[in-house]
Amino acid sequence: MNDDKTLGEHLRERGISRRGFMKFCAVTASMMAMPPSMIPAIAAALENARRPSVIWLSFQECTGCTESLTRSHAPTVESLIFDYISLDYHHTLQAAAGDHAEAAREAAMKENWGKYLLIVDGSIPAKDGGVYSTIAGVTNLQMLQEVAEGAAAIVSVGTCAAFGGLPKANPNPTGAASVSELIKGKPIINVPGCPPIPIAITGVLAQYLTMGALPELDHLGRPMAFYGQNIHDRCYRRPFYERGQFAETFDDEGARKGWCLFKLGCKGPTTYNACATAKWNDGTSFPIEAGHGCIGCSEPNFWDAGGFYNALSVPTGNTAKTILGAAAAAAAAGVVIGAVNKRNKNKAAAAHEPLTVDELNRE
Amino acid sequence: MSSLKEIPVAVTYSPDHPLGTGNVIPILNEVRHALQRLASTGDSTAIDLASIPFGPGERDQLLQTLGDGEIQATLHALGETLIRETAYPGAWVVTHMSPQGMELTTHIEVTRTPSLLSTPQRDIEDAAEALAAYLHEQSIQESA
Repeated sequence: MNDDKTLGEHLRERGISRRGFMKFCAVTASMMAMPPSMIPAIAAALENARRPSVIWLSFQECTGCTESLTRSHAPTVESLIFDYISLDYHHTLQAAAGDHAEAAREAAMKENWGKYLLIVDGSIPAKDGGVYSTIAGVTNLQMLQEVAEGAAAIVSVGTCAAFGGLPKANPNPTGAASVSELIKGKPIINVPGCPPIPIAITGVLAQYLTMGALPELDHLGRPMAFYGQNIHDRCYRRPFYERGQFAETFDDEGARKGWCLFKLGCKGPTTYNACATAKWNDGTSFPIEAGHGCIGCSEPNFWDAGGFYNALSVPTGNTAKTILGAAAAAAAAGVVIGAVNKRNKNKAAAAHEPLTVDELNRE
Repeated sequence: MSSLKEIPVAVTYSPDHPLGTGNVIPILNEVRHALQRLASTGDSTAIDLASIPFGPGERDQLLQTLGDGEIQATLHALGETLIRETAYPGAWVVTHMSPQGMELTTHIEVTRTPSLLSTPQRDIEDAAEALAAYLHEQSIQESA
């Protein structure tokens, strides 16, 4: 492909009509969580967008993030965007291996120094000089530092790259760290999730292509478009929470009727992600709709935040009585409990006691 | 098994009492306001259903309530796009599908004519040139 061509020219070369292009823009706007009124602006920007070089580094990871992206439910748009970028290095997807693969990465870095987009999935083992994971004899830590230096921006895909994820879980034998803990002075976008929702990944790429700029981020560096609201607030089971109707076990009447899974450990009130609206598997469902509580996979340290099946931790002081009473009575307590849980979540393991279903029942 | 639709498990619900968010009536009200705006000022509105949370059955309930109107059209570009007027003229449901037949996104457009049904200006110009070239070629062949 001629690198001087714009995306509009590239699409028309592939036989995509102007109506097809407008459809592409409509789907892209939806993917970026932008209002339909933005479609003309997106069309104008994408028409003139130029092909960026992308280097994708995979470190301590399971390849679930790549699986999520390549098996996503919008193959047309995703493939168009993915085909359009110049993916110059990706262990799993590239044909080249060994020295040839590394040479491709170095060539892409040299040709696009200061302009390429770096995508990272997996955490980086930083203990003992980073010896616990190497690629072509180079530690992950060293490779990240080298490639990050010439990147225009970095996208940390998945909870491992964004926050450390499973490799960082206690006792963290490799000293696993997130990208943002190791790299300073570069724009970093965190797209967490285990794995992330694919449209969150391509939405960031589309935003970068469209606007030539990074999206609006929250305090954890996540795009607001996808992580701006918590699961609980967007959950279709929220009305049951408000009415105090909870499933007590996974096979009781409440579970069969689709009642709130809070008592079964749902982390929806403290988890910010787009699962409740974007959903998974062709938009079929998401974990809560399938009958399992949210495990909070897009939040930092979610593996160490208490058991997946324990109700959210609550403080043991006076506030506890307030919250427990509110949870039992439920009505109008959603905002309060959500706020308190969020505030106290990171201290839960050390300072708070996990709230079991039995305890909740006794209150 | 080649499609998720072949998995023999489905969420059961009653159309009269769908599980959920209670978002159906608010969206219908939004459509009502958009129709009033279209009638009075001519301004169009589009609602992206992908950005709205629905419980099992709620989205079906919304689309069933809007019903079918007089016009249905299919665009063949990057997969099919189904455009149909609802039982409330001026309110259209536009569903973009992938070439594999998977739904990508659905908009409710409140407008006189969905923009995808209009021919783009550049396509009209190209069409005029293409037809002129064809007729020119024909005239050369006839004169030869």
